[in-house]
Amino acid sequence: MSVAETFDPSELPDPYATPIEELDPSDGRLFEHQKHWAYFERLRKEDPVHLSENEEFGRFWNVTKFKDILAVDTNHQVFSSEPSIVIGDPPEDFTLPMFIAMDPPKHDVQRKIVAPTAAPANLIVLEPMIRERVCNILDSLPIGEKFNWVDKVSIELTTQMLATLFDFPFEDRRLLTHWSDVATTTDQVGNNYMEEEERKRILWECYDYFVKLWEQRTDQGDKPKMDFVSLLANNPETKEMVKNPLEYLGNLILLIVGGNDTTRNSISGGVLALNQHPKEYDKLRADPSVIPNMVSEIIRWQTPLAHMRRVATQDTELGGKQIKKGDKVVMWYISGNRDETEIDRANDFLIDREKARHHIAFGFGIHRCMGNRVAEMQLKILWEEIMKRFDFVEVVGEPERLQSNFVMGFVDLPVVLHPKK
Amino acid sequence: MARITYIEHTGKEHVVEVQSGLSIMEGAVKNMVPGIDADCGGACACATCHLYVDEAFLNKTGEKDAMEESMLDFAEDVKPESRLSCQIEVTDELDGLIVRLPVSQH
Repeated sequence: MSVAETFDPSELPDPYATPIEELDPSDGRLFEHQKHWAYFERLRKEDPVHLSENEEFGRFWNVTKFKDILAVDTNHQVFSSEPSIVIGDPPEDFTLPMFIAMDPPKHDVQRKIVAPTAAPANLIVLEPMIRERVCNILDSLPIGEKFNWVDKVSIELTTQMLATLFDFPFEDRRLLTHWSDVATTTDQVGNNYMEEEERKRILWECYDYFVKLWEQRTDQGDKPKMDFVSLLANNPETKEMVKNPLEYLGNLILLIVGGNDTTRNSISGGVLALNQHPKEYDKLRADPSVIPNMVSEIIRWQTPLAHMRRVATQDTELGGKQIKKGDKVVMWYISGNRDETEIDRANDFLIDREKARHHIAFGFGIHRCMGNRVAEMQLKILWEEIMKRFDFVEVVGEPERLQSNFVMGFVDLPVVLHPKK
Repeated sequence: MARITYIEHTGKEHVVEVQSGLSIMEGAVKNMVPGIDADCGGACACATCHLYVDEAFLNKTGEKDAMEESMLDFAEDVKPESRLSCQIEVTDELDGLIVRLPVSQH
């Protein structure tokens, strides 16, 4: 049973009525009810590198300004990604090694093996197919009646794409969505909707499924197919990974969540942002060539992953604060992308913004998002095809959001389509 | 001050005077030379200011450090003469430098 049903969001503390030393932005419900913005606004102004301590996550530093986040993100010697990249610690018996949560040199080796799947050379090959799929999805939508954009478009498109990148049986593709959702439904990110034992059980089903795919894909020699599983199963560095179930599962979860939750929620977030900013929607109608720039602005605006965490490997100073060896350091990308000292008019959604690519939603440094080009391509094609067909994707009800301090997710975005006249 | 020639992948040349102390990336961005994105703003953190240094100048543009080597893994079509242009500081010594831009940064 979800606690949300009996919970009144007005009970969440007003950040400006709270003593600054007690301010804690990590409650997943803040994000679900969009109450987090004011917390970060105050922290950026008054205490940009801020210590919090609570029962759930222990002691952790909140890094809220763009430049400080960049400093942490690019200093992987001092700020380690191990053993996990979200605020909460994983249980000892279920810590999943994955390259995003590894430091060099192992990180570099594993990342490099799978990166070609999401690289431009492969995407150029995939682009016509993606456009065809986008057209099919859009052409199958009901006209003039209310439906959930999240399910019919955002999830469908990203899940089809992910199935292709894994060469995953297409008819089973919603399993990827399911596993992605389960992976991020955990108290490690401020969500208490699922028992950890149930989560583990479902993720082991994911592992079992993918072991079969692995077994079918070994022995491809030194020119494996371009899907993630074939690349891992045939590289001398990773071909034994399947024998370490936690590590294979960890990397699967990384690639599934990375390719799924992120773009999905930027697709939904873009529709909502344009509805909330009708002048920007008019700009788009007047000149669809703004789409590539708009895509970057949508990704900044949505910041689909709100944070990444690090652990200090030594005593260090950040923003005038003394960070102790072993301290958790949380980089709030969602806040850095609203930092007005770095981004001009950061709290305005401007689809023709100058330097729109200068946002921190993909992170910076050696852990920078590997799928950024896949994301940008999907969003670009989607909006090009939307604009050919529809005058207005109208949001007709309150969006329902996910309870999480990590995934800035939509559960429901009710829309009605108005075709071009 | 150094005169720098940026050559787009199409062959189009842009010859600009760049002040010493700036980076090769900044020289491109400030002079509206297309083809350099520099998403991170010059922190050696995104690999979207990748370019190729003309071989005749390789000994003048300095060595890549470990971070630049790591970040170059993120760029496409990396060659021995590949550099991240935010990591090359313009000096008078670099007068006449020729750099070539890749097809795309992303």
